[in-house]
Amino acid sequence: MGSCGMEKVRCALIGPGNIGTDLLYKLKRSPVLEPVWMVGIDPASEGLARAREMGLKTTDQGVDGLLPHVHADGIQIAFDSTSAYVHAENARKLGELGVLMIDLTPAAIGPYCIPPVNLAEQLERGATNVNMVTCGGQATIPMVAAVSRVQAVEYGEIIATVSSKSVGPGTRKNIDEFTRTTAGAVRDVGGAKKGKAIIIINPAEPPLMMRDTVHCLTVETPDQAAITASVHRMIAEVQKYVPGYRLKNGPVFEGRRVSIFLEVEGLGDYLPKYAGNLDIMTAAAARTGEMFARRLQSPGAVAA
Amino acid sequence: MSATTRLKGRKIAVHDMSLRDGMHPKRHQISVEQMKTVAVGLDQAGVPLIEVTHGDGLGGASVNYGFAAASDEDYLRAVVPLMKRAKISALLLPGIGTVDELRMAADCGIACIRVATHCTEADVSEQHIALGRKLGLDTVGFLMMSHMADPSKILEQARLMESYGANCIYTTDSAGYMLPEDVAERVDALRQGLKPETEIGFHGHHNLAMGVANSIAAVTAGASRIDCACGGMGAGAGNTPMEVFIAVAERMGIETGVDTFRIMDVAEDLVTPMMDFPVRIDRNSLTLGYAGTYSSFLLFAKRAEKQYGVPARDILVEMGRRKTVGGQEDMIEDVALDLLKNRSVAV
Repeated sequence: MGSCGMEKVRCALIGPGNIGTDLLYKLKRSPVLEPVWMVGIDPASEGLARAREMGLKTTDQGVDGLLPHVHADGIQIAFDSTSAYVHAENARKLGELGVLMIDLTPAAIGPYCIPPVNLAEQLERGATNVNMVTCGGQATIPMVAAVSRVQAVEYGEIIATVSSKSVGPGTRKNIDEFTRTTAGAVRDVGGAKKGKAIIIINPAEPPLMMRDTVHCLTVETPDQAAITASVHRMIAEVQKYVPGYRLKNGPVFEGRRVSIFLEVEGLGDYLPKYAGNLDIMTAAAARTGEMFARRLQSPGAVAA
Repeated sequence: MSATTRLKGRKIAVHDMSLRDGMHPKRHQISVEQMKTVAVGLDQAGVPLIEVTHGDGLGGASVNYGFAAASDEDYLRAVVPLMKRAKISALLLPGIGTVDELRMAADCGIACIRVATHCTEADVSEQHIALGRKLGLDTVGFLMMSHMADPSKILEQARLMESYGANCIYTTDSAGYMLPEDVAERVDALRQGLKPETEIGFHGHHNLAMGVANSIAAVTAGASRIDCACGGMGAGAGNTPMEVFIAVAERMGIETGVDTFRIMDVAEDLVTPMMDFPVRIDRNSLTLGYAGTYSSFLLFAKRAEKQYGVPARDILVEMGRRKTVGGQEDMIEDVALDLLKNRSVAV
């Protein structure tokens, strides 16, 4: 184990909802992270009660309830799964205390982070707040990058199909934020000159597993062998933290179009397995947290 | 008392779909000039509402759905100023288009925005419906694939859209699956449960040849807006053919304000000659209605048949079996590849 003999890095979770709880399950297994605090705003929250049962300290006073304990409890990393609006304040207050922020909201104050594509770069640049984009972004941008690292991509388009049960009220209230943020990250992180994102919510019962389609239009005729190999390598990278990430069909080549069909099955920690869209967010956040923690444990290893 | 006398004098508004739903059988390649010509013809015939957008709504231009011959903005800027009486609407599917495109369309001078969601997912439409209302537009909530939910669910979802600011709610038979009784039940539930001032609309597809009968059932149950496509040019076997519906309405005494002969001429002389193939009930479009599959999937399934040698009908049935909803065009190639794999395993 890489962390052999080192103390775990202590962290806090803000937002005891479905995402926060699923993330807590994952962090509990981490060899390098130790979840210490769960922050909520509702004293009757089931998520806070569950966190207490799992041995965490909790507060129902929002991030202000955590601030006095940050130094005493040695909190170095915080995961925020509240809302874009709340995150701005949380980031400011915890940032002043030197806590690194992993943002699972659509706030995107910090740079986008898709672990197998640009996490190493963010670590080298000494980022203190990274944003986990969207579930659709986490599932598809690795594939856009797998094509764009072989040859120039003029246009990248992703279609994320998710089960109705796995889409919470926050996403529903501002679905444009999903399409805009994902499209922006297809371009900025995926490396496509132009990005487009579509989300489809399907209410079928039993709920369908997350499905994603990635279309890239390359500038030149696609190098089929190189792209296929790159896609398979990237699938293996994502599978390191999301074992249920699968290439279902493709890559299919037609003219300059490259199409990749994916399925994302979650681990089923707290959330059901079909909610691969939520699992890939918490898994990516946990992986990002672990990489940040390793930087904190041995600054020389990854510092620029 | 016969329906004929009961409906005599009932005033309704027809909404033309040939330049939006009709984009599907045209692979979104209707030219700006064709849009202008047909829209002027419809306006002169007395059609009060005309929809002009990419087939999949604002922002629909994509690999997934197809890139149109021109942008939504180009179409709207060309058509809106030519209208003497007719109002132009645009369609928007949250998840595909955003409020940015809605603002653009409003700036082009649309009078009506129609915000479409799957019939159980109305809560994704809040920001778009609220903005439409704020911009002073005739704001319509459009519940797609209405056959997949029972009337009480349709009403529950319609109430959400009404609460966001929609002044008209549609029950939409995107698959052309519903029968007159199904339509009547849903419209009736809406009429009973929504505010009296909220209008109710019906959008049909002709896959089981029920377009006109379903529309009449909707009017009978209290709908005051009916979507029709001139020449029947729409997805699948097309929408309720406008000229047929107008003729039937006239016979029944329903007042549409549309001139029957003039609308026949627009269908025959302007719309039909534009078609790449006859938009009609055939084995594949009939399958849509029979299997309850989204009508826009038709051409994609035919294309996959050509490319992979899997019958389009098998693909469409499988799409229905998987309970796919509007917008899942990306699943068609995937399903074709799956069917191909299964076949090679079987052999």
